[in-house]
Amino acid sequence: MPIPLIGFLLVAPALAIVLLLFIVPLISSITGAFDVGGTFGFGNFIKSFELYSSDMVFTLVIVLLSSALIGLFSIMIGGYLTLGSNPTAVSILRWVYRWPLFIPFIVVGQVLRTFLAKNGLMNNIFIEAGIMTPMAAMSFLDWRGIVTAFVWKQTPFVTLLLAGAMASIDRSTIEAARNLGAKRIRILIEIVLPQVRQTLLVGLILSFVTMMSVLSVPLMINAQSPTMITANMAFRINAHGDYGVANALGLISLLMTSVAAIIYLRQTMREHAR
Amino acid sequence: MSVQLDWKWIPRGIGLGILAFIIFGPLVNLLLWAVAERWYFPHVLPLKYGFSFWTSVFSPRGNAMGSLATSVLIAVLTVVVSLGLAIPAGYALARLKLPFRGLILLALLIPQAFPNLPVYVNIARIFYQYGLNGTIFGVVLVHVTHGLVYAVWIATAAFSAIDRELEEAARSMGASALRGFWDVTLPIAAPGLLASAIFVFLESLDEFTGTYFVGAPDVTTLPLLLYTASSGGNYQIASITALILLVPSIAFMFVVEKFLRSDVLSKVGH
Repeated sequence: MPIPLIGFLLVAPALAIVLLLFIVPLISSITGAFDVGGTFGFGNFIKSFELYSSDMVFTLVIVLLSSALIGLFSIMIGGYLTLGSNPTAVSILRWVYRWPLFIPFIVVGQVLRTFLAKNGLMNNIFIEAGIMTPMAAMSFLDWRGIVTAFVWKQTPFVTLLLAGAMASIDRSTIEAARNLGAKRIRILIEIVLPQVRQTLLVGLILSFVTMMSVLSVPLMINAQSPTMITANMAFRINAHGDYGVANALGLISLLMTSVAAIIYLRQTMREHAR
Repeated sequence: MSVQLDWKWIPRGIGLGILAFIIFGPLVNLLLWAVAERWYFPHVLPLKYGFSFWTSVFSPRGNAMGSLATSVLIAVLTVVVSLGLAIPAGYALARLKLPFRGLILLALLIPQAFPNLPVYVNIARIFYQYGLNGTIFGVVLVHVTHGLVYAVWIATAAFSAIDRELEEAARSMGASALRGFWDVTLPIAAPGLLASAIFVFLESLDEFTGTYFVGAPDVTTLPLLLYTASSGGNYQIASITALILLVPSIAFMFVVEKFLRSDVLSKVGH
């Protein structure tokens, strides 16, 4: 048997699983979005926008804000891990930052649900420490809770990728800049960041897609309106068996991630063209 | 020897302290809820500690043991199927001259590149026609699709990192291709494959969305039990379940770099 054929036979079962159990349902979610009672139409989209247009904006704002914060914090942590001058502080930071890395989203939801509640542990500690009066205590279980959950869980992941990329860049330029008396923040922004931009973007896009897929966090932290369209999709199916509107919302979430993917691809191409 | 105070430790200490509060605060809260017998506003800490909820969770009548067994069974089956598919695929992608290699790797990446909630919704509908909804097998299939990306990519990287000459040496001494793979390549790739097995196991153990649509209400895994308990306001039971899920995740976080050596990591995606 020729080698390419053997190779193809070895890959075929894995490809078949992805094709049958991911690509086929993905296509049927797209066709299902235009299926109104058996005929082609835009009824599902009209209904989706009537019912959930504010939730769509809410979703996009939450995911974009979370991505921005994840990017900022991972640059700060990764930067200190790479440029930090005190080995003890660097190793403490390395030990602390990655705890949430593999903690499941459902556990993150449960943990923050009790921590951020109006009479949760966070407010109680602040009140006890005298930072806050009991009257000022409020619940963070709204958009802030969802953003906190996403940033808490995804920052270590992006930081892990980013710190790896930062560790592999050429140290000599950093040392040269340091010898010339450049401040560390300037080295981070002008020398280190431009070289790891690609990795940062990949990490943020993967996080973006993950946040658009997570159902447990919006369900656990804030299922009341306004909520994320992932929670709306689950509601349409469980409460109404309404696959049309659920698929229309699914297509809208696909479009949102496609925009992120296209921005990423254009960025990559521009960098290759240079 | 005089003790010198390094003033830079003040901003460092504040920064690390805030980070530690953000990361460990919620986790400590979870631990407290897991051992709290009575805890209500405005008390900062639980009024009474104890393990009575633990005995009720783990009693034969409590459904935690059943969910744990279901979760572990599904995760083990998912690992077996995923690695069974990923080892041949990874070997072919790493070693054999494949036409459209880049395209195949990209196709295997698709489940990570699109939001999977709309996909699960439609899988549930397709599975319903074949009677797969609410079965362990159906849930395993969904978890395999999700875990396959990691399994194939890590397996490919693990095989790529092995020196080709070792295998050729075995072949030149008269070993068959299969024998060379079995006796030489597979043992060297084992740590990387073990890492991908642990990873797929954890992904399956923690998976919520797919199980929610395909498995519920007949198949109850730990994440579904956690969700039901938490929705019912039963924070102790939810926290104990969360703690069971937390332990393997955190253990893996500490050992991941021992399994995934940097020479394998640097080959991921190539």
